Amino acid sequence: MIEFRNVSKRYDGSFAVDDLSFTVAEGAIGVLIGTSGSGKSTALRMVNRLIDPSSGTIHLSGTTVEQLPPVKLRRRIGYVIQSVGLFPHWTVERNIGTVPHLLGWPKAKIRDRVAQLLDLLRLDANAVRHKYPHQLSGGQQQRVGVARALAADPDVLLMDEPFGALDPITRTALQDEIAFIHQQTKKTILLVTHDIEEALKLGDTIALLDRGKLVQAGTPRDLLTAPANDFVRDFFGGANLGLRLLEIETAATVMRPEKRIDGERNEAEAIPASMSLHRALSLMVARGVDRLPVVDDKGAPQGTLHLADLAKR
Amino acid sequence: MAVSNGAFVKNPVFLTLGAVALLAAIALPVLSHAPNRLLGGQPLYLSALPNGAAIVLILALAIATGCAFAPQRRDIWIIALVAALIAPIAYVWGTGEAATALAAASAPIARTSTGTAGWVVIITMYLAAAESVRRLSLRAWGRALIVICAIGPIIAMVASGHLDQLALMKEYAVKHDEFAAALRQHAHIVLASFIPALVIGVPLGIVAHRSAKLNGPLLGVLGLIQTIPSIALFGILMAPLSGLARHIPALRDLGISGIGLAPAAIALTLYSLLPIVRNTATGLGEVPAAALDAAAGMGMNRWQILRQIEVPIALPVILSGLRITLVQSIGLAAVAALIGAGGLGSIMFQGLFANAGDLILLGVVPIVGIAVIVDVVFRLIASPPNRGAA
Repeated sequence: MIEFRNVSKRYDGSFAVDDLSFTVAEGAIGVLIGTSGSGKSTALRMVNRLIDPSSGTIHLSGTTVEQLPPVKLRRRIGYVIQSVGLFPHWTVERNIGTVPHLLGWPKAKIRDRVAQLLDLLRLDANAVRHKYPHQLSGGQQQRVGVARALAADPDVLLMDEPFGALDPITRTALQDEIAFIHQQTKKTILLVTHDIEEALKLGDTIALLDRGKLVQAGTPRDLLTAPANDFVRDFFGGANLGLRLLEIETAATVMRPEKRIDGERNEAEAIPASMSLHRALSLMVARGVDRLPVVDDKGAPQGTLHLADLAKR
Repeated sequence: MAVSNGAFVKNPVFLTLGAVALLAAIALPVLSHAPNRLLGGQPLYLSALPNGAAIVLILALAIATGCAFAPQRRDIWIIALVAALIAPIAYVWGTGEAATALAAASAPIARTSTGTAGWVVIITMYLAAAESVRRLSLRAWGRALIVICAIGPIIAMVASGHLDQLALMKEYAVKHDEFAAALRQHAHIVLASFIPALVIGVPLGIVAHRSAKLNGPLLGVLGLIQTIPSIALFGILMAPLSGLARHIPALRDLGISGIGLAPAAIALTLYSLLPIVRNTATGLGEVPAAALDAAAGMGMNRWQILRQIEVPIALPVILSGLRITLVQSIGLAAVAALIGAGGLGSIMFQGLFANAGDLILLGVVPIVGIAVIVDVVFRLIASPPNRGAA
């Protein structure tokens, strides 16, 4: 769990972060979102004490962060940044092993851990482990950056605009990867981003910051359907509000329990129950149909999604 | 003249250097023969060289020149490089042969020296080789190999005694013990300045990198020191050092006085600080900010960041500062002979004051050779084959 309690950071009289209180539950993904200068990165960097707050406290699974020496604290927290920051003179293997080395793990254990992480991040261990960072693509570099942050199995992961420098396709792939890793490891993640789609896609809780102040915190659904003021409505909604509402719901929530369409079943056209309504809508338009069969993970029929129901919710 | 594919002359550098060398080899004396070391020599021209050496020399020079007119490609640059390396070797081999023949026919005190044409050929062809190496954009290992190919055969000729009848080697034979002592003393002076400069300079470079306030004044002062002529700096140090030695017997017992090793080592240390401090600060400044942020964020302390991240990433630039420093000190140490520090400079100045050109060369040629070798070795260290472009 990460909890900000009345945290402020003042520079020369002006507030970078102003009285922020915000909690990310154990095992959840919390997102700090805002425009540049909103104080979101400052807030994140106070968790691992790269910046110390002027007032207020930050709690991490029961203790406050200032109870530990910074160096010790940071080795227990994974840290991923936008520019990746891989060490150019070290191989991929040595980069990933940074924190285990600092913690004095035996060599064989580090080697095994590196192999396991490369596997988790879908990197070919034999192909990349002895390469240097400049020999990798941008997407591969950030995968290594994520693997490095996970190396010592920290409970908490801090990610500062981790995908901001990547092209849209690579970015989407890595977002899916993070969602998958989160599902596997149940790490508590604090993610800073200015990308609304990314926040809605990954966040369990989202905090919108503006000039250092918390404007509204809540689930993606809260922020879309119950914005606290016009700023929140404009920030999240705008012209795309309807599509974003579809983005955060899955087919399972609005499908009808009919397991056959017109007495027939076409398994090839079926969609998984976990697919977002946004993608389901896109499929309907692309295929020119108004109904889609829905199946579960194992391919067993669950129901039918109707175009008309998408707008009725 | 425009240098494009359509132009007749495609590489004016090869043309200029090659033509100058060819003209010199044909029109200037390749050797000079004197009855003894104090009298002026009789000029001897190309025909004094054995036929084989003369033909190879002229052919190599012609090929290097001809490469100016060929399309500029890798194979042409390699041909030019080989020709440029062969010409000086053919010349030196030929002079060894000619000197041996002349020695058999004259008194033992007669001297056969390198003629003007020889120096022109050696200098122009090494410049042409440098042009080829630049065009071929060779890495450090390739450059080292070229240097070995250039000076290896000449060292072999010296070692085998093939050049013993040349004046330079005769001077060496006479001064054998003095030369060995001077060489040791030269190394002594260079190390006595290099080690303190390293110990002081690298920490100062770290300070200059970390403190923007100190960076300007520090590099300013060190830059100012560099502008003081070396003889003046030796002179400035003589008075305070002899004063100190007079008043503090302990220093005198250590052998410190106004002349000799102490002022030389101190002056060279001062000259050495600028390249070391500047390159250390520059190298550290080139470490990516993201790497530093990640290092701190993952729980490295200041010392670990410095030792594991900053210094290794900055190392090639720091090493290049050390290389500049060493090459500079090897040259400047020659001047220190004037204040009694000894070294190869003392042989050089003996020759200068006695008007004996070959004795000057006996001091200068090893200085240049050692500087070139140190330069190549440091370039090799600074570019490990495995490391990528950081």
